Amino acid sequence: MALSSNTTGETQVIRVDADRIDAAMAIQFKENMRLETDSGARRVILDLSAVEFIDSSGLGAIVASMKQLGGDRRLDLAGLQPVVEKVFRLTRMDTVFRLFPNLDDALAAQSE
Amino acid sequence: MTVNCKNGGMDLSFAANEADASTAIACLHGSLAALGVPHQRNCDVKIALAEAINNVVEHAYAGNPQGRVQVRATMDRNGLSILITDRGRPLPGLRIPDGIPASVETAREDLPEGGFGWFLIRQLCDNVRYDRTDGENRLRLSFAFSPAEKRPQ
Repeated sequence: MALSSNTTGETQVIRVDADRIDAAMAIQFKENMRLETDSGARRVILDLSAVEFIDSSGLGAIVASMKQLGGDRRLDLAGLQPVVEKVFRLTRMDTVFRLFPNLDDALAAQSE
Repeated sequence: MTVNCKNGGMDLSFAANEADASTAIACLHGSLAALGVPHQRNCDVKIALAEAINNVVEHAYAGNPQGRVQVRATMDRNGLSILITDRGRPLPGLRIPDGIPASVETAREDLPEGGFGWFLIRQLCDNVRYDRTDGENRLRLSFAFSPAEKRPQ
């Protein structure tokens, strides 16, 4: 599960370099996210634009990634493709995360 | 993994592990597009199918990665029917779970990280049926769509 990360000030952008986050890679994704977010940026933007498919295990791994950030840090999501967005919408996880159509919009938005 | 395509349908069989399941789901999605399943519906099919297959791998065959999962897709003028069969453990109580997900209106640390599978299946399929015969689980997912929905991909 390849992730690439870039931190500017208080914002860390993590890009998922995989076409799916599913049951086969959910545990690895969560673990890699824990390692990547260890640096402590207050705001993490997860760029999902390369991800064409997610299942409920992948969704759970993203939720777990947010929970393991801890108290005052936040995880925002950017670049959701229609199928990925549909899984968030049906499970109502779209009300838990801030979703941005693309990374530029996420970067332009204030963190609060 | 073995795949057989025939007129208006396909058969696929694979071992009950997450990596093979992931490959099979991607393969089915591509084949169903080629069979003429409309794109939007095919995305619904993929989500529901992934959840159903993951349930077989994680629960029916838990601890037995050598188990075989069989998927048969059939198209007719009313839509698509998918039959998933396995010889693993039966569904608890021999019935399809209600699939009521945990609320997301809760504190961050209490947010659910799972339990969405059957909810998604029920949301996305037009009909779901289950029976167990001669030690075999048979789950049938039906997706209705009219020929008018069909369009070039």
